[in-house]
Amino acid sequence: MAYTRDMATLLRPSRRTFLAVGGLAALALGAGGAWYRATRIDATHRFALDGEARAALHAIAPAILDGALAHDPGRRERQLASAIDAVEAAIRGLPQATQHEVQDLFGLLALRPARRLLTGVPTGWESADIRQVSAFLQAWRVHRLELMRSAYGALHDLVLGAWYAQPASWDAIGYPGPPRGLA
Amino acid sequence: MTARIPDPIEAGLQRGWRVIDASRLEHDRTLEADVVIVGSGAGGGISAEILARSGLSVIVVEEGPLKSSRDFRMREADAYPALYQESAARKTHDKAINILQGRAVGGSTTVNWTSSFRAPESTLAWWRRHHALSLATPDELAPWFAMAERRTGVVDWLVDPNQNNDALRRGAARLGIPTAAIRRNVQGCWNLGYCGMGCPTNAKQSMLVTTIPAALDHGATLVTRARAERLVLRGQQVEEVVCRALDGAGVLPSGRLLRLRARHVVVAGGAINTPALLLRSDAPDPSGQLGKRTFLHPTVISAAFYEKRIEGWSGAPQSIYSDHFLATDPIDGPIGYKLETPPLHPLLLATTMSGFGEQHATAMRDFAHLGGMIALLRDGFHEDSPGGVVRLRGDGMGELDYPLNDYLWDGARRALLSMAEIQFAAGARTVQPAHEKAGRYRSWAEARREIAALPQRAHVTRVVSAHVMGGCAMGGDERRGVVDPAGRYRGLANLSVHDGSLFPTSLGANPQLTIYAITARLASGLASHLTGRPAAALA
Repeated sequence: MAYTRDMATLLRPSRRTFLAVGGLAALALGAGGAWYRATRIDATHRFALDGEARAALHAIAPAILDGALAHDPGRRERQLASAIDAVEAAIRGLPQATQHEVQDLFGLLALRPARRLLTGVPTGWESADIRQVSAFLQAWRVHRLELMRSAYGALHDLVLGAWYAQPASWDAIGYPGPPRGLA
Repeated sequence: MTARIPDPIEAGLQRGWRVIDASRLEHDRTLEADVVIVGSGAGGGISAEILARSGLSVIVVEEGPLKSSRDFRMREADAYPALYQESAARKTHDKAINILQGRAVGGSTTVNWTSSFRAPESTLAWWRRHHALSLATPDELAPWFAMAERRTGVVDWLVDPNQNNDALRRGAARLGIPTAAIRRNVQGCWNLGYCGMGCPTNAKQSMLVTTIPAALDHGATLVTRARAERLVLRGQQVEEVVCRALDGAGVLPSGRLLRLRARHVVVAGGAINTPALLLRSDAPDPSGQLGKRTFLHPTVISAAFYEKRIEGWSGAPQSIYSDHFLATDPIDGPIGYKLETPPLHPLLLATTMSGFGEQHATAMRDFAHLGGMIALLRDGFHEDSPGGVVRLRGDGMGELDYPLNDYLWDGARRALLSMAEIQFAAGARTVQPAHEKAGRYRSWAEARREIAALPQRAHVTRVVSAHVMGGCAMGGDERRGVVDPAGRYRGLANLSVHDGSLFPTSLGANPQLTIYAITARLASGLASHLTGRPAAALA
């Protein structure tokens, strides 16, 4: 029910929002996020990344971490799973208002029409191609809309921050880690 | 294995310090004292020691946790969520500027990079002339700077700079640009390079190991993991400070409340949280300037890749600086900038580095050969540099709206050019500004041409800040100064502001030492007013 109602909101551009931010993109971001948040915040208010939102991150992270992730499929999958868990943990350390904003972003990515419209990824996230994902990240990175650029910034910082926080990533960049003995 | 480092916090707790971790409260509490201090950073710490030594009963309330050297494990994954506001990802309203601010006992002084500068004379002259601050002279402040330097162990740092800082010294020298050594507030520093994650050896003389322990030894009470929610006002009086206890992780309120009552309240929560607390409390604002003119030293970044190893994670993070580009134009002309270097650690570097995928991974693989340089823009001296405004978000938390404009972008472009030129002069093979459209330039000629043509705009140019100043400007003129020259909040009889939010402009230098000196003076005046006796000095 909530889904249908919010989809109607999504596809009926409000003139005021349209003018304020200059595009359907931002409207979709708000509506999608509100829907996602309404269905995902549990009683303890803990941020949860599941279903299609988790699938979105599972498709986006390999594009951001391309060149850092292992080539071996088994290892790569384990690395991805641990990076996604680390992203989720990092989000849970943020203030509630920021957690809501991040949920809004993943809510948008989880909605099929919004995904097609904003990312151009035609299939579901499970079968998204890394080249398509890279192309939309590249477009968001320098997008004319500030909102899209800041959404790119959030994905960039969350995924790369979570990855390079892990000692397992340090060998590849020649970082010896903190001095031993004290640490 | 090294011998265990003595932990002054652990020792103090064993001596019987009064410390209340509010996340463990099972009931609401009401506490009373002569003075309540909100915040335990630079201004709160200095005020706590002076007031407690002067014989006043003091409660210090801090939003973050009490951590100490045994907790400081030099890992970003632990340090940022535990010790920084918003996990070191606090941002301005449009998310275009990332702000590093501490949130732990000791505030930002627990995690800063130890750079210790006296307030620049040109800034003080501006404050004297334009903000009617007669105290703003080098002579007037000299005894307070001397006291603060003694207390926080400020020394000439005689160890060779690390390679990252040496690149700034060397490149600037080749171009005839003067640099100098940065003084540091350290005693027996191991030169490790992890200041930003809390000093694991207690060498950094932050508020955590100096003034806060002294205040606690003089009977003060420290309340941690409690967020000052609002001041309860009656007429011109603050009656109490209502605080919300946080959960153990410091993210959500636990549901417990603390009511802190005192004759006098000192707000020292930093230049975002202090105005936010006053706004939430509906404090009178006779000048209309509360939360306005908030400055950041907006900072742009340039990465360089060298043949030799730089290992920017190792060694004192900031030991060389140049003020050359603060003096090339008048202070109220085109914006000037201070050049310094940042420490380089994987998480902070990876999130600051623009791009993604193979391009990003390639740059990260050169981590050991990467040098960083930063330019801190001196904002607030020109009519096109009004700074930002602190507002309340829907959830009541403070947020800084700081629009970046053409005046600042002009400075950003010049600063990126200056840094690239210095980096090539220092021997860099390639230089890459932190900018989404920048490439990895192979020569100064190429960099000069390309950087000049880069579009400068929010999110596309990476902008960061570790210095939040203003929003409760101090001034002799009641039409412009939220706070009077004695640190008293105009409109409330028993409220003082003692932190960086007092600055009427940005400082043009790393602010910790100036906050120490000015708040030492203000706290001494307050102690003397409240006791009728001369104030005690800092140790």
